[in-house]
Order: sequence, then C-alpha cells, then structure tokens
Amino acid sequence: MNYIVLDYWDLALAASLLLVNASLSIIFQLGLARRLVIAAARMVVQLTMVGLVLKALFAIQSPWLTVLAALIMVMFAGREAVARQDRSFTGYWSYGIGTTSMCVAALIVTLFAVTTQFEARSWFDPRYAIPLLGMILGNTMNGVSLCLDRLLSAVHGGRVAIEARLALGADASTALSSIRREAMRTGMVPTVNAMSATGLVSLPGMMTGQILAGVEPVEAVKYQILVMFLIGGGTALGVFAAVFFASQRLTDARHRLRLDRLTTK
Amino acid sequence: MLDIENVSCLSLRNVSFSVGSRECVAVTGKSGAGKSLLLRSLADLDPNDGDVKLDGQSRNAMAAPDWRRQVVYVPAESGWWADDVGGHFDDREAATGLLHRMQLPADCLDWPVSRLSTGERQRLALVRAMVLAPKVMLLDEPTSGLDPDTALRAEAVLHERLADGGAIILVSHDPAQAERLASRRLHIEGGDVIEMPTSRDEGGGG
Repeated sequence: MNYIVLDYWDLALAASLLLVNASLSIIFQLGLARRLVIAAARMVVQLTMVGLVLKALFAIQSPWLTVLAALIMVMFAGREAVARQDRSFTGYWSYGIGTTSMCVAALIVTLFAVTTQFEARSWFDPRYAIPLLGMILGNTMNGVSLCLDRLLSAVHGGRVAIEARLALGADASTALSSIRREAMRTGMVPTVNAMSATGLVSLPGMMTGQILAGVEPVEAVKYQILVMFLIGGGTALGVFAAVFFASQRLTDARHRLRLDRLTTK
Repeated sequence: MLDIENVSCLSLRNVSFSVGSRECVAVTGKSGAGKSLLLRSLADLDPNDGDVKLDGQSRNAMAAPDWRRQVVYVPAESGWWADDVGGHFDDREAATGLLHRMQLPADCLDWPVSRLSTGERQRLALVRAMVLAPKVMLLDEPTSGLDPDTALRAEAVLHERLADGGAIILVSHDPAQAERLASRRLHIEGGDVIEMPTSRDEGGGG
C-alpha cells in the first residue's frame, strides 16, 4: 500500500477554503461566520483527540479499554439523538430508550462483524471494533432519532384518533399500529436511500478513504458493501427496539395513552 | 348496573354514584369542572383511583379493552384513524340500520372521512359506538353539532337503547335535552359531584 502522507501545511491550505465560506457569510449577512469557525475548530480538536485516543487504544490492546471507549461513544450518541427531538419523555426515559436501543443494535452488529467477517486476532481488537462501531452507531443514531421524533410527534398529534380506537375497545398495540409502522419506515428510509444512491450519486467516505490510501478499488468496494449491510442491519434493529420501547412507555397496562409522560421542549 | 365507588382523578374527589339499567343520568357543570374527565375516568382512559363495577364486576377484574367495549365513551370530538368511513366499522352490516335511523345516507361508509360534516361525524361516532352493543354509554355532547330535528332523531335512537336495558351518562349543555333524556341530574362543582333534584321531583311526578 502506498499513500501520500499529509503534512500540516496541506491541512492549513485546505482550511483556507473556510475563508471562502466565511466571506460569503459576511457578504450576505448569513450570520454563520462565528458558528462556522467554532464548528470547524470543534471538528479539528475532536478528530485530533480521537486520533490520539485510537493510537493509544491500538497500542494497549485492552478489552476493558475498548469496551469503555465503545460505551462512551454510545452515550454520546444517546445524548445527540435526544437533542434532535422536538418532544421527549419526561425524566431520563428518552435518553434511556434512545441509548438502550442504539447500544443493543450497534453492539450486536459490531460483535457479529468482528467475530465473523473480520479475522481479527480477538473480538476486542480496537483497530476493527472501534471504527466499525463508529460507522454503525452513526447511522443507527440517525435512524433511531428520526423514528423516535416521528413516533412522539405523531402520537401527540394523533391523540384524538388513538383514543377513539382505545375507547372503542382496541388494545394499545392496535391503536398505535399505523403510527408505529410510519415511525419505523421514517427511521429506515435514509438507509434504504443511501443504499440505492451509493456509487451512482455519491462515493461513500469509507471506500474513498481506502482508495486514497492505496487499496484496490474492487477490494475497497467489497469493504463498503459489507459495511452497508452492517449499517442496514444495525439501523433496522435499533429502529425496531426504539419503537418497541417507546410504545411501551407511551401506553400502560390498562391500555391508556399516557401523553402525560411526554414533555415539550 | 354501573356502580362508581370513590373515583378520584385530578380535580375530581371521591365520586360515588350508581346508574341503573334503563336509566340516563345527566352531568352538568361549568366548562372545565371535570365533566369530560369523569367520563374518561369511568372508561378508564386516564389513570384514576377508586373502583367502577358493571353488574357487580369490578373493571380491574377484566382487561381494559373488554371494559371499554361494555362501557363505551363517545367524546365530544370524534377521532378518525382510517381514510374512509368504512374503515372504522368492523361490521358494516350491523351499522346499516342505525345509519338509516340517524338519517345518514347508506353509502356514507364508502366516503372519505374528509367529506363528512361535523354533524355527520358526530352521528357516525355514535353509530360506531352503538354497533358494539355496550351496556353503558358515556356520551359527551352527543348532539352539539346537530340541528334540532336531527338531534331529536338521534335522541329517539338513544331512548330506544335505554328501553332495551342500556344505561347512559350524558354530558350536555342543552338543559332541554337533559330534561328529555335524563331522569336524574348530577352537578359537578369544585371537584364534588352533587345529586340535584330534578324538575320531575319538584313538579310532583310527570
């Protein structure tokens, strides 16, 4: 494998493109300049730190540290997913439901991949586990936050129709069935769209990265296909779990709709 | 038939009363007094304390959906979950007779819900509930959107249901309607439910 090692001068040169962004913002008074600079600075700091953390993790090769890193990633994903929602459950329920479903889905799929497709020396080899988890988690988070957002706002907006069904003797799962289906579909659509557009419209970042790093295109494509399947599986599991847990929380044992368990932001 | 024992929910405190077979009880009170809340509690749609018994059997002894099919709540604002009217009826055959009695066209089951007027929605919501043959009906402003003539037709159907042995708890802002349908009146004020003397009592039978 031969690839061109970037020096810091190359990065600084690329960063100058931000100036184009910033000047556009100033000329057209978009009010984005400040946020743009902060976001760019965050990106540089976060990625640099991740690079250092990964370097240390690879060197230490400890199962505990790998698991710890994975848990921290899942917790950040949970926080991010909740922050994106208009409505949420009271207390820690939104965070709990979002994080649990992402955690279950992403960890199952990552473990599946690390123990089968990747001939890693051990399941906790961070060189495989952490990047895979990152990709699966990022997409699962998207699906879970989309489906929860859709579910909670549809239930809130469809209260009269749902309670009409309950009042006529429907059980809670029948009364929520169409909204649950809609929420699951909303969570899955980005993954399905990404699969159908990939290669024609966009070249996925992972595959592009491998090609830039000198990997044969056909080999890079094989990796990308594998990752796409893993992402699809992770998202489906996560969306299913999130909708299941959330509908449990939205109703109770007496088949009532419990909107009192929701808050508005 | 329906025994309400110490039901409490939010502003309502320890409500107890009974409704017999063939009896209609009108519930009155200012807006926000808790009339709808009372009906919702009896249908077990909101968390509430106390017990409600139907023919001696506690609601807690049966699954909530079974309870609600026998003690059915028809809210003031009807809810629609399918695109067409027919999608809200499991048994279209059972509905046809009632549709006619409520002066609804026979083919309205094939209409999209969006085509229904307020009054049509209200009557269809009643039909939808009556098809279940509930023992008790909890009606929240069942005819508020109807013209006087149509309202009387709907009342006639309700009268018939009472004669067949059903019971009705009625929330209505129309004193004349309460007078026509109900034999007793309960007034909600400050979270308490008070049994009011009816004009029939005062008038010495009638």
